[in-house]
Amino acid sequence: MVAPDALRVVRCGGSTLCGARAVFSADSKQVGRGAGAAALGGYLLCASGDFVKVYSVNTEETLRLMSGHADLVTGIQLNPHNHMQLYSSSLDGTIKLWDFMDGILIKTFSVGSKLLALYTLASAEDSVFVVIPKKGERDTFQLVSVKLTKGAGQDLESKELSVVLDGVGASMKHIAFGREGAYVVSVKGVNLQVYFFKRKLLNRFSLSTLKTKGGDNRFSCVVCHPAEDCIATGHADGKIRLWRNFHNKKEYTYSTLHWHHDIVMDLAFSVEGTRLLSGGVESVLVQWHNESSCQKDFLPRLGSPIEYISMSSDGSLCSTLHTDNRITIINSNLRFSRSIQGLIKSRDVKTGLVVDPRTKALVLNGEPGHLQFYSLQSDQQLFSLDIAQRQYIHEAGLKQSDLVKVAFSAQGTWLATVEESEEVTDPELQLKLWFYHEEAQSFHLNTRINTPHDNHITDMCFRDMDGLGDDSLILVTTGRDCVFKVWVMVEDTDPEAQQSVSWTCDFVGSYHNYQATNCCFSEDGSLLAVSFEETVTVWDSLTWDLKCTFCHPPGNIRKICFGRLTCSKYLIGATDYGFLCCWNLLTCALEWSAHLNVVVLQPDPVSEHIAAVSWLSKESSLFVFKPNEPRPVYIQRNLCKEKILLAAFVPRDEPEMTSSEKYLWLRKSQLFFLTDTQELMTLSTKSLEERLTPSSKQLAVEESLPVTPFSLLLGKHRCQQAQEDTDLGKPVVHNKQEQASPAVKELLHTPAHVLPSASFLCTIFINSLLISKENKSAEEVADEVEMESEKAEDESDEEEVTAMEQEDTSHMELLGEMTCKLSKSQEKELRKIRKMDYSWISAF
Amino acid sequence: MAAYKPVVVQACPKLGERITQDTLYWRGYKTPVQIKEFGAVNKIDFSPAPPYNYAVTASSRIHIYGRYSQEPIKTFSRFREAAYGATYRDDGRLLAAGSEDGTVCLLDVGGKAPLRQFEGHTKPVHVAGFLSDKYRIFSGGDDYSSTVWDIPSATEIISYSEHTDYVRCGCASKVNADVFITGSYDHTVKLFDARTKSSVMTIEHGHPVESVLLFPSGGLLVSAGGRYVKVWDVLKGGQLLVSLKNHHKTVTCLCLNSSGQRLLSGSLDRHVKIYSTTSYKVVHSFNYATSILSLALSPEDETIVVGMTNGVLNVKHRKPEEKSENSEKKRQPAYRTYMKGRTYMPKQEDFCVSKPVKRVLRKYDKLLRSFQSSKALDAVLEPPIMLHTPEVTVAVMQELHRRGTLRSALAGRDEKQVNLLLTFVARRVIEPRFTPMLVIVADMLTDIYHPVVGQSAVVDKQFLKLKEAIGKEIDYQEELLEVLGMMDTLFATYTKKIDTCLEENKSNGVTEIIETNRSY
Repeated sequence: MVAPDALRVVRCGGSTLCGARAVFSADSKQVGRGAGAAALGGYLLCASGDFVKVYSVNTEETLRLMSGHADLVTGIQLNPHNHMQLYSSSLDGTIKLWDFMDGILIKTFSVGSKLLALYTLASAEDSVFVVIPKKGERDTFQLVSVKLTKGAGQDLESKELSVVLDGVGASMKHIAFGREGAYVVSVKGVNLQVYFFKRKLLNRFSLSTLKTKGGDNRFSCVVCHPAEDCIATGHADGKIRLWRNFHNKKEYTYSTLHWHHDIVMDLAFSVEGTRLLSGGVESVLVQWHNESSCQKDFLPRLGSPIEYISMSSDGSLCSTLHTDNRITIINSNLRFSRSIQGLIKSRDVKTGLVVDPRTKALVLNGEPGHLQFYSLQSDQQLFSLDIAQRQYIHEAGLKQSDLVKVAFSAQGTWLATVEESEEVTDPELQLKLWFYHEEAQSFHLNTRINTPHDNHITDMCFRDMDGLGDDSLILVTTGRDCVFKVWVMVEDTDPEAQQSVSWTCDFVGSYHNYQATNCCFSEDGSLLAVSFEETVTVWDSLTWDLKCTFCHPPGNIRKICFGRLTCSKYLIGATDYGFLCCWNLLTCALEWSAHLNVVVLQPDPVSEHIAAVSWLSKESSLFVFKPNEPRPVYIQRNLCKEKILLAAFVPRDEPEMTSSEKYLWLRKSQLFFLTDTQELMTLSTKSLEERLTPSSKQLAVEESLPVTPFSLLLGKHRCQQAQEDTDLGKPVVHNKQEQASPAVKELLHTPAHVLPSASFLCTIFINSLLISKENKSAEEVADEVEMESEKAEDESDEEEVTAMEQEDTSHMELLGEMTCKLSKSQEKELRKIRKMDYSWISAF
Repeated sequence: MAAYKPVVVQACPKLGERITQDTLYWRGYKTPVQIKEFGAVNKIDFSPAPPYNYAVTASSRIHIYGRYSQEPIKTFSRFREAAYGATYRDDGRLLAAGSEDGTVCLLDVGGKAPLRQFEGHTKPVHVAGFLSDKYRIFSGGDDYSSTVWDIPSATEIISYSEHTDYVRCGCASKVNADVFITGSYDHTVKLFDARTKSSVMTIEHGHPVESVLLFPSGGLLVSAGGRYVKVWDVLKGGQLLVSLKNHHKTVTCLCLNSSGQRLLSGSLDRHVKIYSTTSYKVVHSFNYATSILSLALSPEDETIVVGMTNGVLNVKHRKPEEKSENSEKKRQPAYRTYMKGRTYMPKQEDFCVSKPVKRVLRKYDKLLRSFQSSKALDAVLEPPIMLHTPEVTVAVMQELHRRGTLRSALAGRDEKQVNLLLTFVARRVIEPRFTPMLVIVADMLTDIYHPVVGQSAVVDKQFLKLKEAIGKEIDYQEELLEVLGMMDTLFATYTKKIDTCLEENKSNGVTEIIETNRSY
């Protein structure tokens, strides 16, 4: 509620969807199949940066975000002894045990050194296996088993480590445990080692390092057959080897499967071991039957390279985690089922951050050749527009063409895109103009211009004129071929043509044969500024006459922009040599200049403010200023450690109320920026709790419920309980309330379409409200419940209200012992819903 | 998960003439029938009544042709000297014609001898026509006079001698029985009302008037003379509406189509241009062998007849449109079968089984989908694709190049295939839209197959052809550059110099005074 002193840099939900690049982990398990929740499907748990995310498999939505780790989460595994619990390991040196159904952290075990991977075994009673860096040696890792100490507290120290294997790979894909935990396999380089726990025997095998016939024998991943003694390994050259008889050091055998043309990223056996799944850079999921190379199925065109493959414990589902932050869920018969995606991370955001005026969505590179529209409010991808309309070939070393520039017209009716291939000599440029089709609600290709410039296009902008119609629409492109081109719309006279307008070049301008680098229209559209290396030229947009030039030697112009509203007479430019200059267009004189190494210069479309982000050896700083005063409105030094590459102002739907004068510039729009590690960040005045979006906050769902009679009733119920809590102040009551919530919570969290019938739920719900009746006598309660369940079907609100009243009166009288009983009865109810394991509760 | 995206074949807009509704309409004529007349055809007139015979005036004869006859069905040959401008009456039963000896003849289409002869002109009469009341004839002669004659009594009603040069064209109004216009070599068009003693309106065309035309509404007047066709608004007192200059020689004849939507003009430059009467833009154009003197269009635009200076009559009949009807009838049951059950709306209790839509891929797409580069290239090197849709071949080559497999797809081919490839490259490499890609292909081909040069005479020949084609293109480009250089010098002399002086230089060298040269 109270604005804190400093602005906080907040990561936007989308960017952390699948965490940092270092390690991904995913696990899809079918859980909790109770009577009522049979249709619920399961959850998908996913390490996501510092968090663990819980997704619903059926609805693709994020159910929970479990935060607690201080660094990247490197491994998550279900507790083999209690499948409602989850172990997670992190670089911060802790293993945490979670109840992921409710998002509760149960225990924290601190190990002391960085944890790089985590494994659990059903046979190992109270220990887990982790990969830690070997002390004193760099880049050497060892697999150790950690004995998880049993204790009463939440934070425990587990320093009992025993080394199992030495010199293992750092990635979790490099170690696998054999059937029933009899042996452990580790691969590194061209070496494979198998350690048999019972016999305490270590077998080492190695392949030849020679790269024969372009082959590369290095191991990339390893998995073990769930039922037989068989190890499958993936290799850097795309081969899959199946090892058998590895108990014997000499007489081991292996067979080879080869389909992938590049590195095998991950492998997975089906539950019964008859099928082997493999995936790699080709973004094709290959299914091998019976370990033979002749029988295989493919699921092609998954969109981006596969990083991880995981199977559900009942084998009905399989999920692939892709390098661009996407999870695909696949049926057991190898059919694409659904995908979970937030902000897709492309390798390089060349288009910059652009805001779609229509949807206020952030627009940037998505899948190769696609443009993604990412909604910041809902942390969702609205849609992906196929720009290249060309089959993307996933192959390393191939010169791909990609989207490099995007521009929207002021109303969002026109979209201009530029594609170019990576080749330096012949960029194979294409300028495409898209028209927004109201009926189809999507962009349709209107004009395609091949090689609009002879060399790379450096910048592109529309003339933004809200007041005038479409006739005044002008597109300007600048290119390294030393010209800028003006494109206009022309009416097609031919009545036969499908479209009435098309785009054509109207004017080609150049200045002393310098490369054109930037272009920008003034707010009223009368002036066009084009920067040519060291010089900024200003052109009249009616006659295309050169009006004046500005320069601030030395150094090329990096960015230019016009001031807006009251500052529209100023032109701002940033140069390579670290100068920020402001020229007055009326006097044609330099107004002021500042020594600042500006990497990003971004004007706010709805106010006069301009944000400049500077980069000074290992820190980015933000300066917000108005062109008419050289003193910045706001300065934030050390905004973040990473280099900020792009920024965008997104207009807010409603102006935010800020108490501080300092943050007035954030009232109408929000500043988003993208760092070189592809993290999307924003600035917020709100505290962490306020900022969390409802979807990511566990209880927020209830808070954001619309006001319905039902919610009012619920609210009343809660209020009363809270009041009683404060009145009595008993910790027991508190405990009870905590347990009361799961039933209701479950009811509210479960998507409507998977809920059992209302008549079934009604009983449970009303029972959860019935607190006081309980301790009268067991028979009475039973009667009451029956009666109510009968009535509830035809009468609803009144019935419940009366029940509430009844409850109230009795509640006050008899609050002494009932709590203990209550918790039991509710537990019973909960078990009815889903066979949840609450055994750990008894510990309290 | 995305489906396979087929190769994008770049459609190139066809250069030259754009196909419009008009082009299709006016192209719908059969190959012309040529009929040789005795002299230059000075007038063609269609009978307004069925069966739409037409009278052709050439030399001293008037021939009447039937719609599809190539021989005249009737000939009037009793003129002593040349006959001029035979015109039908509204009912198609009488003809009026002028002649070299100054008489105007009234002819019955059924009879042979003239019914009446109007004598009064002292010089040849080139114009004759009926006023719309059917009982009067107007004529214009080389004696500068325009006369109105009464048919029953064969007497002159009124004669105007207002023109100062030969009267060579005329037209009667269809709205008012007393109004007619004549055009003369004195550069004017005069509008006469038989009820008044002098002309009502004079329009200055600016060139000797060769042909005049009144729109059926009587409000607009078209005159042709010199290279110009001019449209005048009569109701506004002869205001010039539009002046068309689309011919490069004298326009000799004008004609409206039956709907009045199109105006046709024939000229000595051997062209017939068709204008839209709403926009006055040329919508289509016909080409003829020699200079055109006369032009007529039958009702419903069934036939275009053009008379030329060398006495050839060119007759074009419209193609029958029965074919399309036939094919439609044939297709109907198939369409019904196709649509069977498609419109069925599922009821609530129905269980819907959805069938995945089968996507039809071209052969090369199927092969590309399964990464069979060489076979995909083979598929587009088949003669029908290579000859008729070279853009498909090039698009597939481009896709292969993008995938980095073009070289392996081109390699390992036998003599016949290499010959085929080289033929294609040599032929198409000079087309600008294919040049960038085919240059790469040509480079690769020479790289791959240079070790075997000299082993096959056929391949060697193709290599030489390729060399020749590229050499020619280079020469051509050089020439173009030369022309460009010449044009630059020409433009430079026309350049106006604008000095854009800005305000005084206030700041320390931030602004500079600039001079820009712009060519207009």
